[in-house]
Parts: sequence; C-alpha cells; structure tokens
Amino acid sequence: MSENEHGNSGYDEWLDAIDEGDAYYLECPNGHGSLPPRRICPECGETNLEDTPLPETGDIDTYTVVHVATPSFADDAPYTTAIADFGPVRVTAMAPDDVDVGESVSLTVGESKTNGDRLLQFERF
Amino acid sequence: MTGVRIAGVGLTHFGKHPERTGRDLFAEASDSAFADAEVSRDDIEALYYGNFMGELAEHQGHQGPLMAEAAGVRAPATRYESACASSGVAIRQAVKDVRNGEADAILVGGAERMNNLGTAKTTEALAIAADDLYEVRAGMTFPGAYALMARAYFEQYGGSREDLAHIAVKNHENAVPNEHAQFQREIELEEALDAPMIAEPLGLFDACPITDGAAAVVLVSDEYAEEHDLYAPVSVTGTGQGGDRMALQGRDHLARSPAAEEAAEEAYAEAGIDGGDVDVAEVHDCFTIAEVLALEALDFYAPGEGIGAARRGETTRDGDRPVNLSGGLKAKGHPVGATGASQLVEMTRILRGDHPNSDAVPDATVGVTHNAGGTVASATVHVLEVEQ
Ligand SMILES: [Zn+2]
Repeated sequence: MSENEHGNSGYDEWLDAIDEGDAYYLECPNGHGSLPPRRICPECGETNLEDTPLPETGDIDTYTVVHVATPSFADDAPYTTAIADFGPVRVTAMAPDDVDVGESVSLTVGESKTNGDRLLQFERF
Repeated sequence: MTGVRIAGVGLTHFGKHPERTGRDLFAEASDSAFADAEVSRDDIEALYYGNFMGELAEHQGHQGPLMAEAAGVRAPATRYESACASSGVAIRQAVKDVRNGEADAILVGGAERMNNLGTAKTTEALAIAADDLYEVRAGMTFPGAYALMARAYFEQYGGSREDLAHIAVKNHENAVPNEHAQFQREIELEEALDAPMIAEPLGLFDACPITDGAAAVVLVSDEYAEEHDLYAPVSVTGTGQGGDRMALQGRDHLARSPAAEEAAEEAYAEAGIDGGDVDVAEVHDCFTIAEVLALEALDFYAPGEGIGAARRGETTRDGDRPVNLSGGLKAKGHPVGATGASQLVEMTRILRGDHPNSDAVPDATVGVTHNAGGTVASATVHVLEVEQ
C-alpha cells in the first residue's frame, strides 16, 4: 500500500468482487447502468440501485500508451490505459500493450509494478 | 440589467518562474490591470480568484483573502476552483454580479505556480482533475485522458497526428510577437511530429507546457464607466457554463465536448449571436486535440470537421477566423488557474487594437473565449464585443 492510500467503501468491495470473478455494475429501475460506489442513478435520480452481473466481455473504445507517468506509476511506464464498453457501462483500466480498438476484453484486478496498489486491468478474452 | 465593461487587463510573463510565489505573480498582474483600468482600488467591491493546485504546489489554501491583500484590495474575496476552468468560472461570477447590480467594480483573475514541483509531481497534481477512483487509479494522466479522446476522435471521424501538428505550428507562430508567451519561437511540422511521445497519439508538441503566471481583469458596470469617463471599449455580452460527467467513461461522447457546447449556446444566446458571427477566438488548447473539440463545440465546424482547420489555413492568422492569436495554451503557456482570465486579457487587447497580433483582425468586433476544466467536465464561454 502506498502512503496516500485511502479506504474507499464501495469501491474496495467492488475490486474484491471482480477479483473473485463476480464483477457487477449498478442498475436503476429505468435500466441505466453505473459503477459503484453510488447511491443515486446519475441519469435519472432513482435511488434503488441493484447489483447486476457485468457482461463478461467489453469492447475497447479507445486507448493510449502513457509514457510520462505520475510517481505512482513510474515503474509501470510505458503502459496502456483503455476505456472499454461493456454495454450498460464503460470502464477505464490498464490494458495489454498491443491492444486495439474494437478488441474484446474481460475485466480483472491486477497490481501496480510501482507500489503494488490494486488496479483494474483488461485481459484479452 | 447593466452592461459589463472591461476597464483594464493585466498579465505576468507566462513561463518558468519557480522562485516566484503565487501572491507575487498575482500582485504583478493585478497591478498592471489597475494601471490599465484607471480604476481606484478603493472602488473594488469583490475579488473573484481562480486557482487549482495551490495546496499541492505551495501548501496554500484559502487564497481569496491572501490575493486581495497581495493586490492591495480591501474587499470580500473568494477562490474559485474548477480545474483548468477556475478563472473562467470566476469571471462568470463577476460578470453576473456586475450585471445584477451587486457591484460596480470587481477584480477578477487567477494564478498558478507549477514549475517548482517538477514534471512528475506536476503530472500527479494535474491528474487530480480526473476521477481518482475510476481514472487516476487506472493510470490515467491528464495528457493520457486527452490522448484517449484523440484516439476516439480519429476512430470516429478520421484525422491524423499531422493535422494536430498543424495546430501546434500555428499557435507557436502566433506566440512569436507576444511578449507574455512562454515560447516566442516557431516550430516546424516535422519537429512536432518527431517529438517524443507523452501519451500516444500525443507527443511533446501536442501538449501545453508547465507554466507559472497570473492574469487579472477589472470589470465595471456601464454606469461606472460612463461616470468615470473610462476608456473601456470592450464589453462582456455573453457568459455560459456547461457541465458533463466527471470521468470520460461516463460520457455520452468520447470525441466531443458537450459541456462546452452548452456553454457556447448559452453565451451566444445572451449576446444574440451565433458561431458564424465570431471574428476571432481564444480557445482552450491544453492539447492540440482540445483545440479541435473547442472549434466544434463553438459551432465553427460540425463534429468531425474541425480537425483540418489549421492545416487548411482557416484558423491561422491570415485565415477567415483566427484562433489563438495569443499563441494559445500551447505556446503562450497554461498556468492552470490563470488561463481563463488570461484569455479575456488577450482578447480584450486583440479587440482594442493594442495586441501585437491585432493587425491580423483589424475589423474584428466579436471575440469569444473558451475555457475548459479537466477533460471538459466543466467549461465556460464568454463573448466579448466592441461597443459601437
Ligand atoms: Zn436511472
């Protein structure tokens, strides 16, 4: 854990769930998807949000290879960060270095080479 | 509702001043704004001040009263923070208060001190404008976020790194005569294309530099200007602000900036103009792709058509509608909290005819400034007009 690591209720539990193969998103009664932690649907304001299984694969929308990193990722650089579309939600995560737009990926939890912090990762499906 | 006049404007040099405190920078900018305005400091009824990373860069919060003191102003003072749009939102508040008769004279501006941190720490500080849980922890940096938008733009509409490089070349050329600019030098297209990558597809010359600097503006009511017989030919006739989801992943569009579209619509409606009436613009080109998104949000181009504007010579100084005659954030520099106010400073001088690049638009009467926060989760647009 890095020195500035905060506990983040809702988010930390979400990472645990992904790690155990139970990735989920939040769905409101009107079918809007969002990611935890959240009490209120950002789209319509509904408050009864339900954990719903995240689709197993998403498609890469866009990616970048980051060469100039923050100190928290100094030993990881260069690395690839991408946004993938899972249908009801999009997710941002680190991705394989030769990933391309349109590729199918699944969501997993890895760790930073720099400080061992847990982070979201895409794997080729 | 009264009109809002720009009575005076001031800027420091934008560049590397790692030893200079934020308060020293703002003192200089406000002093030159007062000298330009011929408004007494005693008449100032409020200070609205933009700053983003003062806590991280110089261990200083609560900068409103500090900066009032630095500027020699005895008035209630408030800091506005909206990432890179911090002084854009400060200006908007000042414009509204003058309009509504809350005040006849307001000092508004901003400053940022960044170079004392070094590149890695500055990259970290700028990243807090993104969503910490969902973006920063996945390795997203500020350039990385714009790189994600650039790739999404290329995928959706087409365009190339060469199109982007033309924007950098244009803005560097514009900065040459601007004594306030960080880089008063031209660059070659090849030089931009061959530069090291920061976050692919964006290279070093697609990015604005790390900059220290301050900007200040004295705004007054029409009545005040008349009563004191001020030379204040430029008015703020429209102000708009828009918002979007914090994280890119939550947005409807990855290759457009709806927050800036909303801001432009609102500002244009207030001024009674549309994009076609704008003679000249200062837009938030923190990265070359950001200028493209701005041109489209301001309705100068349809989505997907702004990418070639600089290459085609339409936004260059000899084009139909020059953009970033100051040099833009790319070459003038981007002291984050000062940027929105600095755009107002540059545009006022361009429209008054006393900017080194005023000769590029000798008949201009309508100018627009566009200031974006983060990855355009917030944006302000202001319309400036020369009163007939
Ligand atoms: Zn909903």
